[in-house]
Amino acid sequence: MTLIDLQLALPEIFVLSMTCILLLADLFIPAHRRGLTHLLAMLTLIFSAILTVRLMMPAGQEALAFSGTFIRDRFGDILKIFSYLTLAAVFVYAKHYLRQFDLLKGEFYSLSLFALLGIMVMISAGSMLTLYLGLELLALATYALVAFNRESLPGSEAAMKYFILGSLASGLLLYGMSLLYGATGTLALAEIGQSLELSTTGSGLMLTFGLVFVVVGIAFKLGVVPMHMWVPDVYHGAPLAATLFIATVPKIAGLALVIRMLDDGLSGLHGDWQMMVAVLAALSLLLGNLAAIAQTNIKRMLAYSTISHMGFMLLGILAGTPDGYASAMFYTLAYVIMSAGAFAVVIMVSTPDHEAQEIDDFKGLARRNPWQAFLMLMLMFSLAGIPVFLGFFAKWQVIAATINAGFTNLAILAVMTAVVGAFYYLRVVKVMYFDEPETEQAIAVPYDFKALLSANGLAVLALGLFSGGLIELCISAFLTG
Amino acid sequence: MLTLAHFLTLGALLFAISVAGIFLNRRNVLILLMCIELMLLAVNMNFVAFSRFMDVMDGQVFVFFILTVAAAEAAIGLAILVVLFRNRRSIAVGELSDLKG
Repeated sequence: MTLIDLQLALPEIFVLSMTCILLLADLFIPAHRRGLTHLLAMLTLIFSAILTVRLMMPAGQEALAFSGTFIRDRFGDILKIFSYLTLAAVFVYAKHYLRQFDLLKGEFYSLSLFALLGIMVMISAGSMLTLYLGLELLALATYALVAFNRESLPGSEAAMKYFILGSLASGLLLYGMSLLYGATGTLALAEIGQSLELSTTGSGLMLTFGLVFVVVGIAFKLGVVPMHMWVPDVYHGAPLAATLFIATVPKIAGLALVIRMLDDGLSGLHGDWQMMVAVLAALSLLLGNLAAIAQTNIKRMLAYSTISHMGFMLLGILAGTPDGYASAMFYTLAYVIMSAGAFAVVIMVSTPDHEAQEIDDFKGLARRNPWQAFLMLMLMFSLAGIPVFLGFFAKWQVIAATINAGFTNLAILAVMTAVVGAFYYLRVVKVMYFDEPETEQAIAVPYDFKALLSANGLAVLALGLFSGGLIELCISAFLTG
Repeated sequence: MLTLAHFLTLGALLFAISVAGIFLNRRNVLILLMCIELMLLAVNMNFVAFSRFMDVMDGQVFVFFILTVAAAEAAIGLAILVVLFRNRRSIAVGELSDLKG
């Protein structure tokens, strides 16, 4: 371990120290000054973003630290910066919710920051060991976040289900990792990749078994069909602030998990995992979109929509080419921006005595809060993939990648299910604009919340109109040499 | 003489028992937690066996990390179980069915 190693991992070290400081400082901050904890958490994110940007890797270069277990590359840096920004947005949105429900405690911030640290470790993982440790740090913090409201019956049930299925997924992934270790004799992902290229037959059966377990574990973590059962229950049962968190930042980690494991490690088995990923994607697109139609609960509806969006993301992975990965990355980042905005509006509609759960809670929002309703309309259009908005270009990119990979049937299925999906997004718009509100009174929201929501909604439009920049950024993440 | 295959079979058996335990158990959440522990130990068995027979140390290092994570996981799992019991006065698996849609 040298100084250079520590310098490369500086953002992680900074987040870890600041989270520990926040954990301690929060004990001495009286309940009515909880804003200070919020401020400290936001400062942590801002400074770690500065640290990451200052040492950002140029395209095509990577640096290894800690005997190759830690990779610093452009792909990782971009994902980390997006994670900070998303988590900062989550904190601003969540503060309003936590205030209203009297849940504003320091633990929300420390757990989220520990989860962020797990995500950062996963993003930079160069070995199965770091990948697993990052994944567990993220998962353990998220289980606790779901049970954050201790008096809530659905909250504790959701946390238990999430914990059992999440641990099962970690176990499956780990079992797969142990078989891969046995087949290749190393834990380092790059070395696994090399040994797969060298051997043509080798320990075939063990590798295949390992691969299947790893793919199943990844599918559980992403929440794609048929390992999706936890997603709707967890989104539904968790307090909205935790749902907002789960629906955004961990998706970036999911992408990192897929890329690090399947591309860095197992690209030699591309032919084997391509079909598995194709089946997972096709099932997720179908079931996610069809089941979402039947939902009257907005949290469950958005949960099923997450499943279908993860299916879309997997379409980009199929090809196994840098362009395909770039489209999957673009899709993930676009989805995270849209999903943060959509859940923020759900938080906005909630009142202290009533957490917004039903789509009917949006009745006549256009008359009560016309501007926020318009932002929600843009977010829903974007999630549905209507042109001009960000979601359209994201879908365009992954579908183009699918066709390039030779899966024309799958591309047709994706377009058809996207049309089916438009129905339930547009239903929210219809309820907002054409149904009679129960009261004409506008919902009061704090200024920072309002400003960020406006920025978030407009970003969906602006990044759609000028999507070139973000696409270029994603492509630069996968340039080699 | 014990070979690698013996250890792998033991690992696979333990793993299968734990997965079966998670899916078949309909009574008690505590048993689920025990199954999850067993699952991680099955993986440990694999890692140690591979590491020993291939004469590479990383597998045994991984085992230490897995043991640590398993302890943390049990702590979180039991904490959630306590919250669940306080709210429901029961830890039966079959009764975890309020969330449906």
